[in-house]
Amino acid sequence: MNLSIDASFMEQSITDFLNNKFPGKVLGDYTYRGQFSLYVTADALYEIALALKEEAALSFDFLVDICSVDHLGKAWESEGRYEIVYTLLSLEHTYRFMLRVKIADHTVAPQSLCDIWHSANWLEREVWDMMGIEFKKHPNLTKIVTDDDLEGHPLRKDFGLVYEEPQFSHNHDEVLITPDNPNH
Amino acid sequence: MTLNMGPQHPSTHGVLRLVLELDGETVVSCKPILGYLHTGIEKEMETKLYYKSLPMTDRMDYMSPMSNNLGFCLAVEKLLGIEEEIPARAKWVRVLMAEMTRINSHLVWLGTHALDLGAMSMFFYTFRDRELILDMYEMLSGQRMMATYFRIGGLMLDVPKGFDKAVRKFIKYQPGRIDEFEDLLNNNRIWQMRTMGVAKISAEDAINCGLTGPSLRGSGVKYDVRKAFPYSDYDKFDFQVPIGKSGDVYSRYLVRMFEMRESLKIAEQAIDGLPEGSHIAHVPGVVLPPREDMLGKMESLIYHFKIITDGFKVPRGSVYVPVESGKGEMGFFIDSDGTNIPNRVRVRPPSFVNLSALAKLVKGRLLADVVAAIGSIDIVLGEVDR
Amino acid sequence: MGLEEKIPDGIALTTLDAMVNWARKRSVWPLGFGLACCAIEMMSTIASRFDMARFGMEVMRSSPRQADLMIVAGRVSNKMVPVLRRLYDQMPNPKWVISMGACASCGGIFNNYAIKQGVDRVVPVDIYVPGCPPRPEQLIDGILMLYKKIEKESVKRPLITQPNAQTQDERPGEVSGQPHRNPSGELNK
Ligand code: SF4
Repeated sequence: MNLSIDASFMEQSITDFLNNKFPGKVLGDYTYRGQFSLYVTADALYEIALALKEEAALSFDFLVDICSVDHLGKAWESEGRYEIVYTLLSLEHTYRFMLRVKIADHTVAPQSLCDIWHSANWLEREVWDMMGIEFKKHPNLTKIVTDDDLEGHPLRKDFGLVYEEPQFSHNHDEVLITPDNPNH
Repeated sequence: MTLNMGPQHPSTHGVLRLVLELDGETVVSCKPILGYLHTGIEKEMETKLYYKSLPMTDRMDYMSPMSNNLGFCLAVEKLLGIEEEIPARAKWVRVLMAEMTRINSHLVWLGTHALDLGAMSMFFYTFRDRELILDMYEMLSGQRMMATYFRIGGLMLDVPKGFDKAVRKFIKYQPGRIDEFEDLLNNNRIWQMRTMGVAKISAEDAINCGLTGPSLRGSGVKYDVRKAFPYSDYDKFDFQVPIGKSGDVYSRYLVRMFEMRESLKIAEQAIDGLPEGSHIAHVPGVVLPPREDMLGKMESLIYHFKIITDGFKVPRGSVYVPVESGKGEMGFFIDSDGTNIPNRVRVRPPSFVNLSALAKLVKGRLLADVVAAIGSIDIVLGEVDR
Repeated sequence: MGLEEKIPDGIALTTLDAMVNWARKRSVWPLGFGLACCAIEMMSTIASRFDMARFGMEVMRSSPRQADLMIVAGRVSNKMVPVLRRLYDQMPNPKWVISMGACASCGGIFNNYAIKQGVDRVVPVDIYVPGCPPRPEQLIDGILMLYKKIEKESVKRPLITQPNAQTQDERPGEVSGQPHRNPSGELNK
């Protein structure tokens, strides 16, 4: 970011490296507001991440974040309902970029990155808990932040906010706080 | 033996619960259980206009509210592509307050950490100093903790009269206090025995676990978002990033103490060189027009009404913007679908990721060291669970 | 005239209620139970500038069995509800609850699947302290109000009936919708 020549050089070398090593697995690139990301296929993600980490010239040794987006109901949903974004950082080059995966369904998720980065463990668990994406070969894909009684995955678009109407004197009778009111 | 610690336990810094597997006093395994403070903030943000999400960011990492505000504002500004428009004055006040927030966060950390390790008086000393920072918050915004002083496009208001005096007074007063804290702790035998060599983590492990902030730098990795990816004019300030050597509780403590001094330095530069000018960008349709304009001009009134009721549309795209908060790299990933409501707001929680390394830190150590380890990675449950 | 003249020096008369309430009021020990942001303000209240020790409350007990007052400082998530209830049940009578902050009182700015909309659905609340977070002065004001309330209580006939723990669980509209869990996650019943 501080050296723009560096950044474009890095972009080029990542793209070339991945295209050489994994032909056909890189689906495209995407740059928005100067932030570079690559779309890759879900099945090759594990190998790609491992290669990016181990390639000495790139050395993406830091997994910053794993996050997921639900595109349900959007015009571009057909490209894949869920998008998983892996933010990688190379401490040596001080360069950050994102690997993105689009999947149609929560069951066709990429393989877990737990063996590569220890931090992936909890981040993936959180993605599963909040969005229900079932990473393959994850050692312990269980609830991490939500209540044990909660069914479903809150961040999905088809999971409502479960908004509770506040009770005032003017709507006292409409909003009844009783045990059998489903909202309460 | 299995021991349950928390969720109501004074030294878990909130409502963390640990299930510890013990062999005598040695920890065999440690399983943190989270979620006792899960607030659904990320979901709630998906239902709100951009500017309405701002107050919620304060309440995530409530030790450093202004840093969170800054991260969110920067992310939305980047999405909108208006970073260039932010006036220098706003940027410098942001830096100043972000550094004050870091000191605030470290002071609370020092007080509670020392309290856990048996040095009760630290708690009273640090909270006394912290009040001075809260007074500054109050001067700026009227609120003591959750100031929401940064707005998308700049600041809520210009700094009030007498603010620079308060800051200068604090900058002059605080270094002596930090010396005093160090005098009390550094050569204290109990403190040394409870922190030196405890909960060590090597640089490779720290990177592998994704540690950020002082916890990473304590292991000797020089990574600070302020230096690596300067935001908000941080590249114009002269400061150092301290790194520790041994990666134990003591070196993390030293790193934080040094950071407080550096923050004071940055704050001094910021208040000395505070540029003149407007405190908020002029971007019609995104930033609220000035109050005086609104009373006189029709367009301003309309913009005001539009922004308040409808918000503003943000072009489709997604960005990830990190800031260095007191705990580590606090990142905001915002995905916009082109409407006035974000499609997804993801917070990269530093404490959450740091906490995932806890099991590694305490394995094979004594039970008492667990308390030291939790304190040293400086977690805030509000942000771990969100 | 009256009894006072007949009794020897050094003896004062009062009612049992006044005596007991005076004693109770001067040594309310709060339970150190911080949940979220409000807990930090609660800590400020104890710490140097505001100094809760002036009211005989400086000892934050970490064990509910030694505490009289529960200050619910922060938002209560659904996962925390059983724990909170259990802590309340473990506190010995007489006990009081202060709900500190908007979240504990009514859910505050969070109204979603995770947050209980008010802690008064779980435990009976004596004093509500509004604010997000309330200033320490506000909390102190709340505590002083609680003192006034304690003064009016009677040993024989407490103002708030506090049924024992078993029956409280079944009060309608409170926790009955929730399966009751102990902290390790198993169902209690
Ligand atoms: S009332 Fe405000 S400060 Fe208190 S817990 Fe809720 S959000 Fe935090």
